[in-house]
Amino acid sequence: MLRFLIRRLLWAAVLFVSVTIVTYVIFFLAPANPERLICGGQRATTACLNEVADTLALDRPIYVQYSKFLWRLVGPTTSDVAGIPIPHPRFDLGESFITEQSVNTIVAKAAPVTAALVFGGAILWLLVGLSAGIFSALRPRSLLDRTSMVFVLIGISAHPVWLGLIFSYFFGFKLGLTPITGYCDFFNPAEGFGCGGPVDWAHHMVLPWITFAILGSALYVRMIRANVMDTMNEDYVRTARAKGAPERQVMRSHILRNALLPVVTMLGMDIGLGLGGAVFTETVYSLPGLGRVAVQAVDNYDLPIVQGVVVFSTAAIILFNLVVDVMYAWIDPRIRLE
Amino acid sequence: MALLEVNDLRTHFRTDDGIVKAVDGVNFTVEKGQTLGIVGESGCGKSVTCLTIMGLNPKRTSIISGEALFKGEDLLSMSQRRLREIRGDDIAMIFQDPMTSLNPVHKIGKQLVEAVMLHRDVTKAGARARAVDLLRAVGIPRPERRFDDYPHQFSGGMRQRVMIAMALINDPDLLIADEPTTAVDVTTQAQILRLMKQLQREFGSAIVMITHDLGVVAETADDVIVMYASKVVERATVDEIFSRPRMPYTWGLLGSLPRLDADVDRLVQIAGQPPSLLTPPNGCRFHPRCPYVMNICRTEEPRLAPVPGADGHLQRCHLDEETKQREAAKLLAATLADAS
Repeated sequence: MLRFLIRRLLWAAVLFVSVTIVTYVIFFLAPANPERLICGGQRATTACLNEVADTLALDRPIYVQYSKFLWRLVGPTTSDVAGIPIPHPRFDLGESFITEQSVNTIVAKAAPVTAALVFGGAILWLLVGLSAGIFSALRPRSLLDRTSMVFVLIGISAHPVWLGLIFSYFFGFKLGLTPITGYCDFFNPAEGFGCGGPVDWAHHMVLPWITFAILGSALYVRMIRANVMDTMNEDYVRTARAKGAPERQVMRSHILRNALLPVVTMLGMDIGLGLGGAVFTETVYSLPGLGRVAVQAVDNYDLPIVQGVVVFSTAAIILFNLVVDVMYAWIDPRIRLE
Repeated sequence: MALLEVNDLRTHFRTDDGIVKAVDGVNFTVEKGQTLGIVGESGCGKSVTCLTIMGLNPKRTSIISGEALFKGEDLLSMSQRRLREIRGDDIAMIFQDPMTSLNPVHKIGKQLVEAVMLHRDVTKAGARARAVDLLRAVGIPRPERRFDDYPHQFSGGMRQRVMIAMALINDPDLLIADEPTTAVDVTTQAQILRLMKQLQREFGSAIVMITHDLGVVAETADDVIVMYASKVVERATVDEIFSRPRMPYTWGLLGSLPRLDADVDRLVQIAGQPPSLLTPPNGCRFHPRCPYVMNICRTEEPRLAPVPGADGHLQRCHLDEETKQREAAKLLAATLADAS
């Protein structure tokens, strides 16, 4: 177990370095010119350009810039916990080129929005995926099965942006059931013109959740249906019936337990992936999550923010894959971590 | 009254290509404490017969008729609830492949306890004690410790022992064993068969032993039915089958028994392939492969008729009794000659 964790952490470090390097390289391959943007585009003066390039170190070679970035992120520092200095990496993602805001703050503000969207959406798509998947498997070719397969086809084919626009037009604009776009904070209570608190928050999240969950549930219905149908034909399911177990017990203890093993893996990976930013859903509903932050940052050639989001999503994916592996070993006795 | 009496059992499956008549009018009885061997090639309907009796065929696609009277109650027409009470309690089943017949995510102890708890009103501790007893009875070393192991921690032979323990845990009157030794290696086969015979004496269960291996039949069975293309073609006591077989298919099976004591270059095999059950041949179903085929065999199906002078021996063949006696004697003589 310990060896497994160490190996995984080393692997994570390699992954982390490669991903951030690739981001740097792509950024500098693109015809980007952040200093000109900061200095006012066409009207930029040479003095301003030089000054900005100097402050942001944009005139230095890429590898110097990258090492500076890496040093700020993982270089050592200490902080006092109850008077005792504890050494740890600095975890400093730098400042935005444009606003000079700390990237840590930007990511910390955007991450909960994305997390709310992804976890809410995942719960929704699991509910739909499990119920529709299991019932379709129990009654293959029935009306319910065929209906859910049509839904799956639509869910996989429809793009989230298109779905989002249609939803906010009908439910938000035409029917007025939900806000058209926008986000409300979960904690801060409503004050003045703003909004806030759990109710407003959920009200604003309903359409994003549904939009985000549609693709997920379509994929999961199909996967769970196939897994359950495969598992139903296993010999040990026949053994359970031969023992005299009632159908409910056969389904719960023998079929589902085995059929859902691969679903756990998929779910962990999908959540990790989603935390990197559900770009389409966030953009179409103007949710200030990581995906939208990243898209805006790319527009502004704001490398530190892009890099911050990349670092965060890499960490999320690595973390969730680790969680999946550990959980898998826990629920499937055949797998031992070593 | 016989323990199990199967009358005119038919199991047909609806498939995309048409109706597959997997079992087509099978009759047999199993007496209390006795062993019936069902022999035949793969796909002759022997497994389906037993799965039908257990009610384990896919409901959506199967059409079942006839009756299977277990202690006078028809298993085929009773409620699902009653059938569940009988399954695993009065009738238990052992399957062919021990590698896939145990649930990989549950400890074997849990799977055994589940079988007890489904039918007996006992505490978990009582069920556990019973499970450990059975594991010991089937020869699992250190049963208290192996109780908490998962199936993948057992070898194939050990898993089949666990399956046998699970089947016998509620002391069933009838044990259906569907090729219990096919998937285990030869030395383990002998151990498993010996174990089953020993436990049969201890528990007094009747056994239906499905196999394609006449050696297994010779070792375990009291009575034998030979199935070919979803029908019974011969039925007799085990001594009769080996000393006076009356059906060319049975001769073929006997001829293809591998022998340790005879020096043969090549195993004798029955020519041709088993027929398709979608469109079985007219007349006698064995006629396309039968070396003794006559014109009548191509058009008229022989009845399952008694053999004169042999009580309870039934056979399905148009050949005259004289020829059959002669050919059977030849086969027997050849076997004896090989042996000497």
